[in-house]
Amino acid sequence: MTRGRLLALAVLAFLLVAPFLPMGGMQQYVLHVAIQIFIWSFIGQAWSLMGRFGLVSLGHGAFLGVGAYTTTLLWNFYSLTPWIGALLAVAAAVGIAVVLGIPCFRFRVIGHYFALVTLAVGEVIRLLIVAERDWTGGSLGASLKTAGTASGLWTLQFADKRVFYYASLVLFLAGLSVWDRVDRSMARPALEAIGEDETAAASVGIRVTRFKLGITVVSAGLTALGGVLYAQYMSYVNPDTLSGIGVSLKIVFAVVLGGMYSLMGPLVGTALTTALGEALRIAFGLKFLGMADTIYGLLLIIFIIFLPAGIYGSIREAIRRRDAGSEATPHAAAR
Amino acid sequence: MDPIFLVEAAINGILLGGVLALLALGLNLIFGVLDIVWIAYVDLVMLCMYAIYFFNVSFGWPIWAAGLVSLVLGALLGIAVHLLIISPILTSAPINQLLATGGLLFFLQSAATFLWTTDHRTVRLSLPSYEIAGIFLPATRIIPFAISILAVIALYFFLTRTYIGTAIRAVSQDREAMSLMGASPQRVYLVTSAVGGLMAGLAGALLIFQYSVHPFFGGQFGPLTFMICVLGGLGNMVGAFIASFIMSEIIAIGGVVISTEMGYVIAFVIFIVMMFVRPGGILAKRE
Amino acid sequence: MLELSQVTAGYGHFTALWDVSLRVAEGEAVAVVGPNGAGKTTLLRVISGLIAPRSGRIAFEGAELAGHPPHDIVAHGIAHVPEGRRLFPGLTVADNLKMGAFVPAARARYRESLERVYTLFPVLAERQGQRAGSMSGGEQQMLALGRALMSRPKIILLDEPSLGLAPVMVLRVFDLIRRVREEGYTILVVEQNVRQVLKLVDRAYLLEVGRLKMEGRAAELAEQDFVRKAYMGV
Repeated sequence: MTRGRLLALAVLAFLLVAPFLPMGGMQQYVLHVAIQIFIWSFIGQAWSLMGRFGLVSLGHGAFLGVGAYTTTLLWNFYSLTPWIGALLAVAAAVGIAVVLGIPCFRFRVIGHYFALVTLAVGEVIRLLIVAERDWTGGSLGASLKTAGTASGLWTLQFADKRVFYYASLVLFLAGLSVWDRVDRSMARPALEAIGEDETAAASVGIRVTRFKLGITVVSAGLTALGGVLYAQYMSYVNPDTLSGIGVSLKIVFAVVLGGMYSLMGPLVGTALTTALGEALRIAFGLKFLGMADTIYGLLLIIFIIFLPAGIYGSIREAIRRRDAGSEATPHAAAR
Repeated sequence: MDPIFLVEAAINGILLGGVLALLALGLNLIFGVLDIVWIAYVDLVMLCMYAIYFFNVSFGWPIWAAGLVSLVLGALLGIAVHLLIISPILTSAPINQLLATGGLLFFLQSAATFLWTTDHRTVRLSLPSYEIAGIFLPATRIIPFAISILAVIALYFFLTRTYIGTAIRAVSQDREAMSLMGASPQRVYLVTSAVGGLMAGLAGALLIFQYSVHPFFGGQFGPLTFMICVLGGLGNMVGAFIASFIMSEIIAIGGVVISTEMGYVIAFVIFIVMMFVRPGGILAKRE
Repeated sequence: MLELSQVTAGYGHFTALWDVSLRVAEGEAVAVVGPNGAGKTTLLRVISGLIAPRSGRIAFEGAELAGHPPHDIVAHGIAHVPEGRRLFPGLTVADNLKMGAFVPAARARYRESLERVYTLFPVLAERQGQRAGSMSGGEQQMLALGRALMSRPKIILLDEPSLGLAPVMVLRVFDLIRRVREEGYTILVVEQNVRQVLKLVDRAYLLEVGRLKMEGRAAELAEQDFVRKAYMGV
């Protein structure tokens, strides 16, 4: 067994028993933070399935919101179990992805243009949520109706945070698995080729629209699932935390910070941004409202300019280069 | 419903469309030349609006002087954004460029929250309202519209009759060929960014007539601006101009027929429908 | 006037030119011929600064220009008419020409240059207001040439002027180039149409797979058996 495998297993074992370790009264807080990290890493991972191939979506809040609100509203109004609700949520997100993806990909809407379209869609979803306030509670959000005595697996509501901890850990690991599968599949070189030069890829027979649509659908469905679990855990949904530019950008930021092209990048980035957020909250409380995001924004800009491969990606690159010895590639024409 | 309300709404739509056109054209100008979307564009407008507020309300400057400050600030911001953020990432992958301006959006909105809180700031303007055939037309809507149309015309002449304006159009059609003409790309980009920023400053000065400014102003008008640009075909100036009025009409009439909010919703839904059908925009995409 | 010494250049990992050395004297008309993919276009792009060479020197009237950006090289007096003309399709003929005079030295005298171009190419004067994108291939080539002249260059680089043109147009275009040459301009033309271009120039180089294989007076090259067989279809 390789050293890397052993390390991974050790970490996994630690994660599995962590909730039962003594934490001096901090347990609820630590679990809460861990759950946040796992869920948002999962969502970030889902986003990066598109992002790494050049399909930059700034509207993943749309899928997140659709996911969260579908299960919540179906439960609140129709007492529909979140398991079926989740299926419907994923179906809805996939539906949106397909309906918008097909014309976009067929008309070669790419790059900045594509990002702008996704951004607009994300905002439309947020606006629809706010507008339909009779159903959704508008900007005030909606609380998940408590299952009371029916709490448990069927209703996906648990009094014990530890259950959510394991649930989010499982989801996170599943996300890693999907990412890994895609990475090893035939789809990956195809999508990389498409990302580099669509026309060239099409001319060698790659079904561009089909591949792009495929990865978008996977990304959308997974993101919706993340939204579902988050809604179940928080027992509360709000259009600003779950849809719109804000959350969409936050997802992207975390992934880019950690490294978009690597398996663990989203986790690293999410962990860092969560830690930063918590640290700032503890240090300043509500006194410096907006300080955390100001720093996020500044960091994001600095990172993009100086460290585009993200923290994790850059460290990996540095290690690889040190091991292999580099070969300078000549610089082609400037813009 | 009394048809007079519909007519009034239609007219208000046109009046709003003028200012929206400024926003959309400014964004398109920059995209056409640089191939980069300034996601934080409307947040620059927000900054300019704050400037007007502080110069007028806090320092007591007359409103027209504060407006001039806005114009100058806009141009300076445009140049600053280009030099500090865009220039270093000109050759980066599109995602990095998007994230850089996205990060700027975040930064500006949060910094504004931190510095000036989320309170809405208004500039108190007491301007008359005119009544023509039962329709109320407040000066706070007519003046911005008139100025915006003048600005669009000025922009048109700038782009078609001046040397640097023609150069800007040339660069947006073929950047490499333009460098073979002896044009330093950096110079053209700077001028374009300054003009785009100037338009943002002007838009801010016009918007302050009717709207209050707060840190998330960009969230109010940003997505709308983006949608207008996409609807008109990103990079297409004529398309953006037309789309501005289409969207503003839908918002105005929908607002009166159902509710203000639904007006926006309908406009956005129509946008989505257009995306199914013609994601390239109502007019063809930029050549 | 123009001298390349052992220039090596390429794109990314790919090398398109190996150790290329050539000269163009003032007043000369020189051609670089060779098959598709030989590196001819790369050669011109290196001279005009669109690509930086990996090694070697490019001297123009004594000044070392390798690695300089395009707008600087144009200011030195090198005009490049790129492959496919690369006109500004949405701009009128007049505007395209005006853009050619972007460099400050040229812009100060642009009216004078414009008059000269219109005299040389009366068709352009007639169609001043026409959108460049709507012109025929031959007219576009004329406009591209005129645009290059607007920068008041000392040497004009022409990349495949006959590309995409009907045979009749090709003759017309070479005629135009001849006229420009007669005005006293130095010319470096890169061409696939070997027969036509050898009639036009004084000297020629043969470029194959990135290396210069041959050099000589145009008439001599035209006589070479293998040149005739391989490139002139004889």
